[in-house]
Amino acid sequence: MHELSIAASIVEAVSESASAYPGARVKEVRLRVGALASVVEDSLQFCWELATEGTPLKGSALVINKLPVIVHCEACRVDAEVEGVQSFRCPRCGEPAADLRQGRELEIESIELEEPEPGEPGIATTAQAEERI
Amino acid sequence: MTTRIVELRRGILKKNDELAAGLRARFTSAGVLVLNLVSSPGTGKTAFLERTLRELRVGGARAAALVGDLETDNDARRLAASGAPVRQINTHGICHLDAEMVGRHLDGWEGVALGGLDYLFIENVGNLVCPSSYDLGERIRVVLLSVTEGEDKPLKYPGLFNSADAAVITKIDLAGPCGFDRDLAVRNIREIRPGIRIFETSAKTGAGMNDWLTYLAEQRSR
Repeated sequence: MHELSIAASIVEAVSESASAYPGARVKEVRLRVGALASVVEDSLQFCWELATEGTPLKGSALVINKLPVIVHCEACRVDAEVEGVQSFRCPRCGEPAADLRQGRELEIESIELEEPEPGEPGIATTAQAEERI
Repeated sequence: MTTRIVELRRGILKKNDELAAGLRARFTSAGVLVLNLVSSPGTGKTAFLERTLRELRVGGARAAALVGDLETDNDARRLAASGAPVRQINTHGICHLDAEMVGRHLDGWEGVALGGLDYLFIENVGNLVCPSSYDLGERIRVVLLSVTEGEDKPLKYPGLFNSADAAVITKIDLAGPCGFDRDLAVRNIREIRPGIRIFETSAKTGAGMNDWLTYLAEQRSR
């Protein structure tokens, strides 16, 4: 049950990045999560509401892009998706494959911001925001 | 209103990863071999570590341990009986150790300098899920599995077993009474982590400890 810590880390990182765009609202946060990342999607979604409460991310959607486990098979010289996380074997030749190429990711891929049009009152313009980056 | 997509492409646990990289550099320059011990609660991490610390000490090696638990310093007191320096980390509800906690407990650890150690063991909080995401700067991650837990534990927790560098089967003296199928357990561990070193041990009888100690010495001299 470390999904709340994970959610809090995402909120921290996104708030930091979004602060370069004053006045913008975070609409969506997109993650890349590997099948071996030990993160339960439902639990993370549940914690998302708690973690974003009282932050500029409140009301934003969390989109989780799940990535399968990919191993490299030395014998076949290919990267291939394993048939399940209970067996780390090359799906072609059936030999054990320890060389993991994908599956541990726990990343923020991108965020979607909603920004006011230039000149809208009380909020910085996109151009001003860009100057600050 | 206009919509803008900002590509971030950053690790969610980037801060932990950076702290862990800093710790790893410190450990390497101090010449201390650091191991992170992970298992379910009740696998026997503390008994195994107790015996390891005692035997290392008899062999003239300098070893110390940081031990993580949600509450109490019972494990630290148990381990201190080995004569090795031991420090407790209480996480107060957090289900894993992170690099910040490790760094904080290394600083101001009275009488312990990394440069004066051959081995540092970090006994993680008993949990087979969450510790897999948190790098502590260790060089070797050891997963422990006891014969009372069932041979299919690796299949149930592939994330952690796949991230381990070595596996230790504990309480092997109870294998018979528990009807534990060693071959199946070893096969399951290797199904998740092909090629991993596996040690079958008993902290009670000392079975398998020599192989384990030899492995530690080999890894330390690498």
